[in-house]
Amino acid sequence: MYDIIAQEPLIAALTALVGLAVVFGAVLGFAAVRFKVEGDPIVDQIDSLLPQTQCGQCGHPGCRPYAEAIANGEAINKCPPGGQTTINALANLLDVPAPELDAEHGVESEVKKVAYIREDECIGCTKCIQACPVDAILGAAKQMHTVIASECTGCDLCVEPCPVDCIDMLPLTPTLADWRWQLPPPTPSLLNRQSKANIIATDRGGSAAA
Amino acid sequence: MRKIWDIPGGIHPPENKKQSVDQSIGALPLPDRLVLPLNQHIGAPARPVVKPGDRVLKGQVVAEPHGIVSAGVHASTSGVVESISLHPVPHPSAMSSNCIIVRPDGEDRWIEHQGIADYGSRDPQQLLDIIRLSGIAGLGGAGFPASVKLGPRQPIDTLIINGTECEPYITADDMLMRERPGEIVAGIRILAHILGNPANILIGIEDNKPEAYDALEAALASNSSEGSDIELVDFPTKYPSGGEKQLIQILTGKEVPSGKLPAELGIVCHNVGTTQAIYRAIVLGEPLISRITTVTGQSCAINRNYDVLLGTPVRHLLANNGFDADSCPRLIMGGPMMGFTLENPEVPVIKTTNCILAPSREEMPPAPLPQPCIRCGMCAEACPASLLPQQLFWYAQSENFDRLEAHNLFDCIECGACAYVCPSNIPLVQYYRAAKGEIRTLKQEKIKADHSRQRFEFHKERLERAEAEKAAKREARRRATESARARGAEDDSGITASVATSTEASSTAATSPEAKAPEAGTSAAKATVEDIIMAAKARAEARKASPEQRRAALERGIEAARHRLDSTRQKLADGEADNLGEASLDKLRAAVEDARVKLADAEGKLAKLDLPDSNDSDPADSSRDTGSAERVAKKLGDSPRQQLQGKIAAINNRIAVTEQKLAELTDAATLDALRSGLDKQRQKLAEAQQQLSALPVDTAPAPVESPVQDAAAAAITRAREKAARLAQMSPEEKLRSNLDSLVSRLDKARARLATAIAENADHVETLRTTVVNLESKVREAETKLAQGDH
Ligand code: SF4
Ligand code: SF4
Ligand code: SF4
Ligand code: SF4
Repeated sequence: MYDIIAQEPLIAALTALVGLAVVFGAVLGFAAVRFKVEGDPIVDQIDSLLPQTQCGQCGHPGCRPYAEAIANGEAINKCPPGGQTTINALANLLDVPAPELDAEHGVESEVKKVAYIREDECIGCTKCIQACPVDAILGAAKQMHTVIASECTGCDLCVEPCPVDCIDMLPLTPTLADWRWQLPPPTPSLLNRQSKANIIATDRGGSAAA
Repeated sequence: MRKIWDIPGGIHPPENKKQSVDQSIGALPLPDRLVLPLNQHIGAPARPVVKPGDRVLKGQVVAEPHGIVSAGVHASTSGVVESISLHPVPHPSAMSSNCIIVRPDGEDRWIEHQGIADYGSRDPQQLLDIIRLSGIAGLGGAGFPASVKLGPRQPIDTLIINGTECEPYITADDMLMRERPGEIVAGIRILAHILGNPANILIGIEDNKPEAYDALEAALASNSSEGSDIELVDFPTKYPSGGEKQLIQILTGKEVPSGKLPAELGIVCHNVGTTQAIYRAIVLGEPLISRITTVTGQSCAINRNYDVLLGTPVRHLLANNGFDADSCPRLIMGGPMMGFTLENPEVPVIKTTNCILAPSREEMPPAPLPQPCIRCGMCAEACPASLLPQQLFWYAQSENFDRLEAHNLFDCIECGACAYVCPSNIPLVQYYRAAKGEIRTLKQEKIKADHSRQRFEFHKERLERAEAEKAAKREARRRATESARARGAEDDSGITASVATSTEASSTAATSPEAKAPEAGTSAAKATVEDIIMAAKARAEARKASPEQRRAALERGIEAARHRLDSTRQKLADGEADNLGEASLDKLRAAVEDARVKLADAEGKLAKLDLPDSNDSDPADSSRDTGSAERVAKKLGDSPRQQLQGKIAAINNRIAVTEQKLAELTDAATLDALRSGLDKQRQKLAEAQQQLSALPVDTAPAPVESPVQDAAAAAITRAREKAARLAQMSPEEKLRSNLDSLVSRLDKARARLATAIAENADHVETLRTTVVNLESKVREAETKLAQGDH
């Protein structure tokens, strides 16, 4: 053994290297099969950041197709329902600068909306059911239809097809349950001395220290 | 003496507790109305069980807990339910929520109630149910339903009673411990029984309440037969040692890990007020209808604690304390560190209201202007939860939610110690609250988005499946059509012949499914039915062939007719030559006549076809062609009853025809054949009639269809008319009609809301929003109209 190595150092080295390559190749090959990742993870990740409104405002037939398009290099600022928050999250994920929302595809609405069918005007044509991407409308031919508000994503797609125009997009009025504190005004400048921050914790007890 | 641990951080703000402990707990006159919010606790709102106009007695349930984490609501005095409506509630948002409003009748009459003296022999679950139904929620501030906290899954070895009350100004628990120590101790015994007599029972009190300590000690001594196992612990005063996790750390040295509940360490912690309320609920049978509330601050002439009926408006409380509204810049519910500003003094006292603070301007000057953070680190030193408040502040500002969570934002108890010490006066807690709210909302949105994605995917899958099914059906039909066409081409040797096959086909088509349908599965039957319809349609279609084809067919027909005419003529000539009998000769003559008529007919048709404007087929002919297909379709679509009726009609028809023929004919052989045919037909008729009478009365879907369709058409025309009318109206008229329709809609919505409220339906909230929206729309329309008038 030592003799061979001593006599033919080149061949010995080559053999050792080839041997190592074979071993590691086998290990890697095994790992690739054993730990195979299902699906396209980047598309899934992008899709999970999109708001799933399925409104098509981005120009794609749903959120996932847009996620696929983004993975193939499309701009990330085409989703109005997601707004800046989604753009920021996407930029963060893809490690690109976050652009403003592309106004061409619509504007981010201030309030969330939910479809509401004025039920006594509905003629039961089922057009809205066919339009709703998340099956949030309940009804049958020639029967009154109604929106399952908790399932509605507010995508607006059912409004246009209704022949008697009995679907309204109502803004969701904030309730006690989903009310939340707002950030205090960001830049404390002398100009917004009047800013009425609702705080008491900073009170020092002042002169009334007993 | 028990070993006491220390908590990190903490502050020593001025206590301001002395002014409200001079007088004993007072009582207030009855207010002129009580406002009982349905959600005074953490969890799902209670559900009202009374209607406006109902008489209620003191202690009567007016709303039942809904779901596990929920607590009931009780009338705090006798009176009449005035309404169940939106009313401002004590909440930092200053929003309104559903409340039951009770007008007291002044009698203050209790509902019949009975306590359980021997609770020791009762099943803990039974006691928990009583606590739940008595509406007891944590009186210390958070308002978590007590029964939930008392029914943990883990075994409990330590029960801690929180008498710390560390926040400045508040003395409600202090006064309760001084004046009603016996009830507290009795309540602790009940808790111990429910929790299976834990090994350690501790009462934690800060050392700034010696009177309360003494009172409790005396109460424990007087009931020492069983009281020896309760340990009274006092420890140095420091804010915020009253926080649940902080108190646990002080008394046991154990730190509750981030995101865990004390119960997971075998510890349960209850406030003294809650303990006393549980005593009253179990032993006296009284639900939670009042609580001790401190009314204090320099804007109040009297600083005192009251036993306040829940639902008492804050205004009433202040009015009885010489409140000077001018000197008070803002009202605070809760203490100066963790309380919130009340925008409206009409809000009621609720289960968690431990203090109403009405400070003067000097006492609580407006918050000074925030300055940039100087990274002094004082906030980190003050934080009792060992957080890094300045880091949290930076991340909250930049909305970096991942980092916030990594820095354990959710461990922040919002005690305000960091903001209190911050030399730059940064409203730190507000940043944390906003960030927490944002993170929670994002999480909820994420859940909703995932849900929508699932639904969308299901929707897609459903469509694809339907599409595949449709394609399969289409394929089947196509095949059926093709074979039908092939058949049609085979026997399409002339118009007459093809018409005959078509009628034949339609009659077999009409009868065969009737025979098959009952046995075969519905889908199979449907498929055959559809195939047959398709085939008939295809044949009809094939017959509506191009004029050239028609012409060719007609010519062929004429050819055939001519041929027949020739051959009959020949036969007649032969017959005359052969001297046949007169009868046969007549027959032959008739045949010749017949053939001639047919020929003339065919020639006429051909002539018509040649006319330029009517190159279309003979109307009767084509209508018969398409008609046969339609008949098939109609027949197959009919209900069994209709099918039978059709059949009977057809048989009757046939019988009539046969009878007529019978009357005309004299030939014996044919006569016999016809008679037997007639008998068979009659038999069939009898059978069909029997079947018909056996059928249940027809459900007759057809008549239902037409009015609905009419309604659809009517709605569309109505909409069109409206649009047309609108186009003609002047702008003012438009506005007015718009207003009218809005008002009528509003009326309708109101009526619906009223019924919904009366029925206590789920959608009251939606209806209410609709009404509110409509009201605002009406108002808008009115103002527009008014502007238009000027
Ligand atoms: S109900 Fe209308 S708005 Fe709501 S998800 Fe369906 S289509 Fe979109
Ligand atoms: S589209 Fe309009 S009319 Fe048709 S079912 Fe839907 S709501 Fe009713
Ligand atoms: S408010 Fe939160 S961060 Fe500030 S001291 Fe209290 S626990 Fe710490
Ligand atoms: S105490 Fe205030 S100024 Fe100091 S580090 Fe904390 S936030 Fe910054």
